[in-house]
Amino acid sequence: MPVLPAECLEESDPRFARLDEVIERYGRNPSALIQVLHEAQKLFGYLPEQVQMRVARRLGLPVSHVFGVSTFYALFSLRPVGRHRIQVCMGTACYVKGGEQLLADLQERLGVGIGETTADGRFELQAARCLGCCGLSPVITVDGDVYAECKPRLLPAILKKYD
Amino acid sequence: MAVTERLPLGRVAEEVRPEVELVTLTIDGRVVQVPAGITLLEAARLAGMRIPTLCHHPALPPEGACRVCLVEVEGRSNLVPSCQFPVADGLRVRTNSPVVREARRTVVELLLARHPHDCLGCVRNGSCELQELARQVGADPDRFQGQPSSVPVDDSSPALVRDPARCILCGRCVRACSLQAVGALGYAYRGLATTVGPAFSHRLAEVSCVACGQCASVCPVGAIVERDDTARVWEALADPARYVVVQVAPAVRASLGEALGLPPGTPVTGKLVTALRRLGFRQVFDTEFTADLTIVEEANEFLHRLAEGGPLPMFTSCSAGWVKFCEHFFPSRLPQVSTCKSPQQMMGALVKTYFAEVQQVDPDSIFSVSVMPCTAKKLEAARPEMGGGGRRDVDAVLTTRELARMIREAGLDLAALPEDRFDPPLGAATGAASVFGVTGGVMEAALRTVYEWVTGSELGTLEFAALRGWEGVREATIHLDGQRVRVAVVHGLGNAARFLRALEEGAPSPAEGPGQGRPYHFVEIMACPGGCVGGGGQPYALDPEVKRARAAVLYREDSSRRLRLSHRNPTVQWLYRHWLGEVGGEKAHRLLHTTYQPREPY
Amino acid sequence: MRRVLVCGGAGCVSSGCAAVRDALLARVAEASPAGVEVVVTGCIGACALGPLVLVEPEDVLYCRVRPDDAREIVESHLVGGRVVERLAWRDAEGRVCPTLADIPFFARQVKLVLRNCGRIDPEDVDEYLERGGYRALEEVVTRWTPARVIEAVEAAGLRGRGGAGFPTARKWEFARREPERPKYVVCNADEGDPGAFMDRSVLEGDPHSVLEGLAIAGYAIGAEKGFVYVRAEYPLALSRLEIALAQAYERGLLGRRLFGTDFNFDVEVRVGAGAFVCGEETALLASLEGRRGMPRPRPPFPARSGYLGHPTVINNVETLANVPLIIREGPEKFASLGTEKSRGTKVFALAGKINLTGLVEVPMGTTLREIIFDIGGGIPGGKRFKAAQTGGPSGGCIPAQFLDVPVDYESLAGLGSIMGSGGLIVLDEDTCMVDVARFFLQFTRDESCGKCPPCREGIPQMLAILDRIVAGRGRETDLEDLERLGRFIKLTALCGLGQTAPNPVLSTLRYFRSEYEAHIFRQECPAAVCRSLTSFVVDRAECMGCGACTRVCPAGAISGRVKEPHEIDQEKCIRCGQCRTVCAFSAVHQVPGRAVAVATGGSGHGSH
Ligand SMILES: Cc1cc2nc3c(=O)[nH]c(=O)nc-3n(C[C@H](O)[C@H](O)[C@H](O)COP(=O)(O)O)c2cc1C
Ligand code: SF4
Ligand code: SF4
Ligand code: SF4
Ligand code: SF4
Ligand code: SF4
Ligand code: SF4
Ligand code: SF4
Ligand code: SF4
Ligand code: FES
Ligand code: FES
Ligand code: FES
Repeated sequence: MPVLPAECLEESDPRFARLDEVIERYGRNPSALIQVLHEAQKLFGYLPEQVQMRVARRLGLPVSHVFGVSTFYALFSLRPVGRHRIQVCMGTACYVKGGEQLLADLQERLGVGIGETTADGRFELQAARCLGCCGLSPVITVDGDVYAECKPRLLPAILKKYD
Repeated sequence: MAVTERLPLGRVAEEVRPEVELVTLTIDGRVVQVPAGITLLEAARLAGMRIPTLCHHPALPPEGACRVCLVEVEGRSNLVPSCQFPVADGLRVRTNSPVVREARRTVVELLLARHPHDCLGCVRNGSCELQELARQVGADPDRFQGQPSSVPVDDSSPALVRDPARCILCGRCVRACSLQAVGALGYAYRGLATTVGPAFSHRLAEVSCVACGQCASVCPVGAIVERDDTARVWEALADPARYVVVQVAPAVRASLGEALGLPPGTPVTGKLVTALRRLGFRQVFDTEFTADLTIVEEANEFLHRLAEGGPLPMFTSCSAGWVKFCEHFFPSRLPQVSTCKSPQQMMGALVKTYFAEVQQVDPDSIFSVSVMPCTAKKLEAARPEMGGGGRRDVDAVLTTRELARMIREAGLDLAALPEDRFDPPLGAATGAASVFGVTGGVMEAALRTVYEWVTGSELGTLEFAALRGWEGVREATIHLDGQRVRVAVVHGLGNAARFLRALEEGAPSPAEGPGQGRPYHFVEIMACPGGCVGGGGQPYALDPEVKRARAAVLYREDSSRRLRLSHRNPTVQWLYRHWLGEVGGEKAHRLLHTTYQPREPY
Repeated sequence: MRRVLVCGGAGCVSSGCAAVRDALLARVAEASPAGVEVVVTGCIGACALGPLVLVEPEDVLYCRVRPDDAREIVESHLVGGRVVERLAWRDAEGRVCPTLADIPFFARQVKLVLRNCGRIDPEDVDEYLERGGYRALEEVVTRWTPARVIEAVEAAGLRGRGGAGFPTARKWEFARREPERPKYVVCNADEGDPGAFMDRSVLEGDPHSVLEGLAIAGYAIGAEKGFVYVRAEYPLALSRLEIALAQAYERGLLGRRLFGTDFNFDVEVRVGAGAFVCGEETALLASLEGRRGMPRPRPPFPARSGYLGHPTVINNVETLANVPLIIREGPEKFASLGTEKSRGTKVFALAGKINLTGLVEVPMGTTLREIIFDIGGGIPGGKRFKAAQTGGPSGGCIPAQFLDVPVDYESLAGLGSIMGSGGLIVLDEDTCMVDVARFFLQFTRDESCGKCPPCREGIPQMLAILDRIVAGRGRETDLEDLERLGRFIKLTALCGLGQTAPNPVLSTLRYFRSEYEAHIFRQECPAAVCRSLTSFVVDRAECMGCGACTRVCPAGAISGRVKEPHEIDQEKCIRCGQCRTVCAFSAVHQVPGRAVAVATGGSGHGSH
């Protein structure tokens, strides 16, 4: 079981007010939970416990429901993420063209596993499911910048651009 | 060629609709007629086939998750879950083909891959559905290997222990907890990493679990069980310096027999008393005595509130699960909850004061045990306000299931035991106290007393028909000397939540359904569906009929008693006269009433 | 009037089309040739050669355009009228094919769904309207009964493009007959198959066609509300969809009282959050309701009890994009294409070991050979074709002997694969089929919702067997066990994810059994992919003796003098592959088999 960091946010944090606005915009509709969590993650960078509690309360849902959802979907993060998000495509097209080597190389180079953050908080390494650029496989993205037809040899130069 | 069999429709038909529409289908080669709207599982049962199930529970919405109940339906390329699949005309179903049998066996074998193989060290050994299933389908527990869950055991709650390693993710507890409108349990993560438990991997004691134990009573395996207090009780019994007394709740005598092999609905009151004595308890008291006492205090409190205008409606307080629920989810209603302690706690308080005094026993040497149908009572007994001077009113709470285990362990054959009676003075009760164990019973008992006190005349019939039954919310209007008193009875916390929300919404509109903004005066709420007969500590039962059989025992106890009104209980009267003083007086307040505290909804 | 279309599909965006557009705009402004308009479109199709620029009306296509090329395109082509041959398409023999009609990749396609993709600015509703957009919607709501709409779709023979091929008209008819209100329609744009990007391209290139199809579906069944459920991994599709939605509302093409009738239709976009299983109908509904995407057994079918318990129709993006055309041009045209049971066209996303990766649309019944070789340009590097993977993690691998089978729902199912949503991944001789099967199983293991034991527990058990095989610890009984478990999971799993998850394993076992056997009995990965069953050797002829490999080898297995061929000690080598990665001369080869103590990396072994 992953241990979750117990970050404590101030009740007066202005982001909470913005979160409340988002929830109101969706008319406190529990069906909109996933949309609300997307926006909450945009505000806070991830989904801290307090935020999920807040969302649960305002949408009238048990917090176990919110937690069940936030842990079900791969794009929600329950811990702070690195400054730069590297996504290595592990879709079929990229896999057959060497995506796995890219991933292995990055794991080694950054000293982290998949879904982990480097100790200096600089990079977050993720394996993605098809980024939709299969025509240009293998593909990695860093903060949304696409590096198509990528090779392990090119990685150092790519990483250098982000700090 | 094939003969169409009209199957005995029984209860299934009644429940579906009064005018039963029939469909004809073929089950294992037999052409049968069954009511429309039922599932293949139910149809097969009517046809005498017992299809095994695991995630299915008749009290819960179907999930179709575990794939144990799969059957073949001609024309379908996949097997279908019979617990969920509706019957239809012309279906040809096979419940017992080689394909079906192998599929079932493989499902169970896969479940066993990550399941501990230590039945001998498991509380559910012998009452476990998975174990029984494995036996039934002939599973090889070692066919597959897997990593068991490494989530640690959670024993933070005074009521329940969760062992995720034994969880087979059937989701029954999740559905039960959600029906209870608590939602403390949920699924988390996904795939092989899926877990069931409270949010953020918190422990049960840290969340809004109300300890009702409904999850434990539906869990098919040993993944959520009552905290086992038998060892503590055995230890106390073996300690010569301890004066060990026990009290037994009404609903226990109606169900204990089931756990020891007797048919549901067998009353075992007298044998139960004998069993407890043979286990070594010095005094065997009856919680029904303090149930009478509760009614006297509560009726008095109610009449005061009625006279003083509030706060109304008054809610009953004897269901420990409901009290905690109210604290978490409807804290604004707490002032409306009766301040009376539950019968368990009143008994606890009297044992260490009154009884200690008259018997000249050092209250600190008394070890006070209760046997309850309930897991929430364990939590109730552990509340700091339930005691005085560092002393707990009740030292250990055993559920019906635990007592059955102790009786088995001691080698007592319950059926063969002679009958005995509870010990005086805390063992004398009226019929009103017996019905406490069924939904509506507390209200019925209270109204009998209130009516006589207010009107000075006796009730014609003591049974309030409108308050008996199994609908989630029932209500009645009582005429008390010209005043119309509206009462309601609610059981199951899901119903309670709906009822309370309806109360909160909108103006009184008497035309609407129950709860809809009506001005009630007195409301009974029981946390468990059916009341304590359906308590979280009761013997495991998959058949919903069992609860009714238990209730029937209690109704019979009531109607067979000479005294059926709590305030007529002579011992209760004596106690007030010689020791407690006035009803609702200072001493009564100190010993028999309590306070509540608002809590967070999570 | 000349239109310079700059491909702004996701592929070309990633190869830098924005700078090309800016450069073109700047040069056009400078040279101001008469009547030229620069337009950003959705995917033109040949993503591998992006960024693409297409000049209309002559349909001249430029490939791999750099910003620096803008001047020449403007001066030579737009002003001077001379095609820039340097940037034009070349066929395998190196001949210049300037226009789309000259290029087999385009010439052999039939574009119905993709009719507007790459031709219009998806962010401008007027361009869609000019090409006949929303006329079908107007026609049906003002003049047709819902039943007539369904009849037309029935006559066209349209089947769902989301995978299962369920007849669209029949699904609509079920929902139309339900008396309960409200009803809903949902566009399934979750496109989760790795290697498939058709739906994305349609949303990015022609979002209004999907909205129009959705509104028509709503009218046909009696729904006044539609959802588009888009996967979050498609930000560009999402933003184009939202722009389209806003413009449609602005023009009164969506919303209340459409075209002066009583018909109201609202559309809401919902974004997924990274769960493949949410493409499955009942999981998608759960997700729309804000819950975990866990499927539930059917019946009840969504057409009876869907979103919040109301009748709901769920259709795929491509299915819906076909609808306006069927209405506008009549069902006959659509029905005239394709095979008897599979009408119309199908969009395929070509990827993997194929020269022209990208998006193609062909009539149903086209053979794999035509798609892969005639349109897709065959396999790069002179390698041999090994298999075509269709249907993603639910599908299978089709070997060379079936290249001439016409592609439709039934024929692919007959081969143990499925049509799926249209992802087509080409595998060549360097692909290990055991590894591919394992890849898909890892995918389904990771994406299993965890609700039912056959899928949650069964897939990891199959995977454990495959892991063992690729690690060289395969057992004699493994293949039989895989087949038995696979059949069991297909038969018993709750939803389509589990029911099809064994397909990649079963289909490779069917056609490539000897490859499995080589792994188990000969301890050899014939395609030299599975590390434990291969060896790394230095080709003496290619090694320059630079020593780079020696420095990275964690096992100290490489020796050799500077500027002389190096050598790998097979006893020491732990097969980490780092030497191969760093060798700038590609002198390190991974070869099949566990060669222990290969004499001297002889050329016979080193190259193939
Ligand atoms: C695991 C799984 C994933 C699916 N993913 C998609 C998807 O991404 N897009 C899609 O349109 N259909 C997907 N489907 C199929 C849908 O469940 C559904 O059949 C389809 O959307 C119906 O639309 P159609 O009739 O237009 O094809 C998936 C099915 C399964 C079982
Ligand atoms: S839960 Fe059941 S099967 Fe599991 S160890 Fe306990 S008794 Fe055995
Ligand atoms: S069932 Fe078998 S293993 Fe278990 S206790 Fe009896 S003999 Fe031993
Ligand atoms: S005891 Fe009751 S409230 Fe607590 S988890 Fe179980 S069902 Fe939920
Ligand atoms: S704890 Fe029990 S009831 Fe709950 S999911 Fe696990 S096995 Fe099922
Ligand atoms: S209804 Fe009875 S068994 Fe249930 S929580 Fe209340 S007191 Fe306990
Ligand atoms: S087959 Fe897999 S994805 Fe589908 S319900 Fe079962 S566990 Fe979930
Ligand atoms: S594969 Fe790894 S261990 Fe083997 S020689 Fe190359 S670098 Fe060394
Ligand atoms: S890196 Fe390549 S070229 Fe250099 S020594 Fe190693 S094998 Fe030879
Ligand atoms: S498989 Fe990598 S982008 Fe699609
Ligand atoms: S009992 Fe039917 S699926 Fe579990
Ligand atoms: S994205 Fe430009 S051609 Fe496909």
